[in-house]
Amino acid sequence: MTRSADASGITPHAELFAHSADVGVRGVGPTLASAMEQAALAMTMAVTDPAGIVPQQQIEIACAAPNDAFLLVEWLNALIYEMAVRRMVFARFEVAIADGELHGRAWGEPIDRARHRPAAELKGATMTALTVGRRPDGAWVAQCIVDV
Amino acid sequence: MDLSRLHRVSDTEWRLQPQDGMRVPAVLFGDQALLAEMDDKVLEQIGNVACLPGIVDAAYTMPDAHWGYGFPIGGVAAFDPEQGGVVSAGGVGFDISCGVRTLLTGLKRADIETCKESLADSLFRTIPAGLGSTGPIVLDQMEMNRMLESGARWAVGQGYGQPHDLERIEEGGCMPGAVPDAVSARARARQREEMGTLGSGNHYLEVQEVAEIIDAPIAQAFGLALGDVVVSIHCGSRGLGHQIGTDYLREMALAAPAHGIVLPDLELACAPIRSELGQRYLGAMRAGINCALANRQILTHLTRRVFGHFFPHAALGLLFDVSHNTCKEEDHVVGGKPRRLFVHRKGATRAFGAGHPSLPAAFAATGQPVFIGGSMGTSSAIMVGPAQRPEHAFASSCHGAGRRLSRHQALKQWYGRAVVDELRGRGILIKSPSMRGVAEEAPGAYKDSTAVVAAAHLAGLSRRIATLQPIICIKG
Repeated sequence: MTRSADASGITPHAELFAHSADVGVRGVGPTLASAMEQAALAMTMAVTDPAGIVPQQQIEIACAAPNDAFLLVEWLNALIYEMAVRRMVFARFEVAIADGELHGRAWGEPIDRARHRPAAELKGATMTALTVGRRPDGAWVAQCIVDV
Repeated sequence: MDLSRLHRVSDTEWRLQPQDGMRVPAVLFGDQALLAEMDDKVLEQIGNVACLPGIVDAAYTMPDAHWGYGFPIGGVAAFDPEQGGVVSAGGVGFDISCGVRTLLTGLKRADIETCKESLADSLFRTIPAGLGSTGPIVLDQMEMNRMLESGARWAVGQGYGQPHDLERIEEGGCMPGAVPDAVSARARARQREEMGTLGSGNHYLEVQEVAEIIDAPIAQAFGLALGDVVVSIHCGSRGLGHQIGTDYLREMALAAPAHGIVLPDLELACAPIRSELGQRYLGAMRAGINCALANRQILTHLTRRVFGHFFPHAALGLLFDVSHNTCKEEDHVVGGKPRRLFVHRKGATRAFGAGHPSLPAAFAATGQPVFIGGSMGTSSAIMVGPAQRPEHAFASSCHGAGRRLSRHQALKQWYGRAVVDELRGRGILIKSPSMRGVAEEAPGAYKDSTAVVAAAHLAGLSRRIATLQPIICIKG
């Protein structure tokens, strides 16, 4: 999943990467917040095609952590919790980060098993293959393995 | 895996001597072909486990080991609280007490064939499976606490099953030492509508035929005969266990420096057994075990209801229920001395041999049944705890075939509909809400379970008793 590049020339995108039992989620973007948004989108891709989700309902999430890596795990786990208790899937994300605190918004809809055909249930974001940082080209990368 | 780093002890046992901070050796079970196929990450991860404080004897991997998070899947390690030993949320994982139970139907394959399609449809309608499904009951806080304290015993008390079922479940269906107050409000919220649900991923309910008997006396003692139909249920503690894992992994990882613990991998998050956090996690994790036992008990009840419709005289007695993601306090002999240890099994099954004092009377003379899940198109196995005492690897054996390809790779190789059609051609009916999920779980994505079972047998981890072939598989 890709979006057009901004002035930085870095195109935000979400991707899955292989893990023998579970699935890796990776978000890339021009800012830390953008990479976090894309990592969340990658997590949705592990469940269903985000293009099939109608972003009709918005929820808000706030979390904090002592460093960026923990913050990614907190953010993804907060989303997993909301998906589980609200029985929703999300397709669009917006993140703002300041002083180790993340404020996020996610748009989605109640899961429709016939339409979304969910492939897997997310158990939790792990600290395996956990990386949050900048690549030499300046792009931010946020990734970890999610247990499914 | 690069085998040149390992010392070959036997055809099925390999050893990595302590190095780079390892306090004990790592011992890997499996034949050369299985080990060569394993990811190098397995060796890295079990080496990291061997670095944890208070580890005893060795860190072990089973023949089905594969790259996990923190511990490898198929990892076993025991810790001594007297030596600063730790309990690790990463060593148990998110799906606390995921396990398998097998029911004896008293039916033969021919009985099933007369109504196979209808039976499969009815099971699929009745067993809540896949993301977004909800269970048959919703628990309020008081009832949730009772369930967390009493496990399958609570479920039987609610009318889900028979009291004699409890004799065929590890810990009599109720894990002692559970502390419901140690389970967060978030974990409870995730479980509220998930009691009696199968989940997704590699979880399944499978109707199977006993296709091969290897050890006739033990098979007879287990109530198994050639051509018999059994039902195996593979699932765990659902959202509650997942959230307990999430909550405590974070807390343990952040608290590790204060406990003087250097984590070689953050996912090995742990705390001293004799710490407030360690004790609190044990209380929550044991409550998670009870949740899994109750969950499988409710699913058993639903299964019996379906079979009762088609076969009014089929009782579906429980053969046994084993868990394979746990930390349990057990007595083991190490170096000739009895020790009270906290044994972590992550993707590994307890395999007590005959005469073990913890076994129910039904298995005192045989050893406990050990269930090795295959994939929906390949065989599963029933094994039994080994004859020798003390057992290898703290009385542990493998739990499944183990993945050969990632979900990502599987999706590139198979279409779900094609997998379903191919298996139907072989007489196996697959029912799932997600064809993508079926593709990710394609039989070809798993290792050959017969090789894993043979290696476990040769290594003396457990002994082969019978082989099961799938007839109907309900996938989440």
